[in-house]
Amino acid sequence: MSFSVKARVMFIVLAGTARSLAGAEDLRGPETFVSITNQSERSRALFVEAGRVLQHPRCLNCHPVGERPTQGNDRHPHSPFVVRGLDDKGAIGLRCTTCHQDANYAPSGVPGHPQWHVAPKSMAWQTKSLGQICEQIKDPRRNGGKTLPAIHEHMAHDSLVGWAWMPGGNREPAPGTQAQLGALLGAWIESGAACPAS
Amino acid sequence: MSVTLNINGTRREFDGDPDTPLLWVIREDVGLTGTKYGCGIAQCGACTVHVDGQTLRSCSAPVSAVANRQVTTIEGLTSRAAKAVQKAWVDLDVVQCGYCQSGQIMSATALLEKKSKPSDTDIDHAMAGNICRCATYQRIRAAIHAASAQLAG
Repeated sequence: MSFSVKARVMFIVLAGTARSLAGAEDLRGPETFVSITNQSERSRALFVEAGRVLQHPRCLNCHPVGERPTQGNDRHPHSPFVVRGLDDKGAIGLRCTTCHQDANYAPSGVPGHPQWHVAPKSMAWQTKSLGQICEQIKDPRRNGGKTLPAIHEHMAHDSLVGWAWMPGGNREPAPGTQAQLGALLGAWIESGAACPAS
Repeated sequence: MSVTLNINGTRREFDGDPDTPLLWVIREDVGLTGTKYGCGIAQCGACTVHVDGQTLRSCSAPVSAVANRQVTTIEGLTSRAAKAVQKAWVDLDVVQCGYCQSGQIMSATALLEKKSKPSDTDIDHAMAGNICRCATYQRIRAAIHAASAQLAG
């Protein structure tokens, strides 16, 4: 059996890139919202725009309510059956790293990142409204003890968050860019970090 | 650029494309064919090996990912837990067609090396990624419990 890895990888990467670009959506920047003179309304509008990222399947799939992550744009249960385990990195004998390596791997189509894991239960976003996610993000008891500047730093610069824009294969990236998400959330915090009603 | 590997305690150099799946290197270059190709997309578990004591689907990892790490294949299993698993597999006649079984044994051994008295739930969670087309799941679970009892005895 022979395996022309380079040719196969190049084909998959090129095909995946074309699909990814086709699926990318723009994200409106903070400047779009300056015309909203009421500060709280502007803040809520900024978060609603950022919510297009937070509620994208690339983010929601690993913020499950229960024990199991989901996958795909339809957020179907992860296959094979996996659970978060005690450390959010899988069960004994079937860790996230059993399949997910440090980078997306084109020959098998399995995505990867060095910090691959599911979000803690307190940070579950699936089934939550955007308003509920907003309140959760601001709550240090549920956000890992983070201040709002720390939340901004995490969203704007964390490399696992950044995977959402470089998901590889035929996975649709999150809207816009990580820098745009950071700018939106920075402006949201500056304007009082108001949350949408629902 | 070559990749330095340690497979079953033997140091090896791989001079091919570092993005080559580890499974190909194990089977084609090293010649250890106990590790099986099943699906190629980390869905079936037939290609499971251990890397630094943890399970890894060798079809879905570039050989460069295991550079200078300890890779163990079914041929290299020597731990007490591994011997208990092998004996239990024979005693309970777990295998039917056998194609998936090296992967099943690698996952079962990794579980018992970390948790010597696993519950049914522990077993289900650890073994969920290893598919058996002969559906020997009940015998696999029983054999893991039997191996656990051996380890306790």
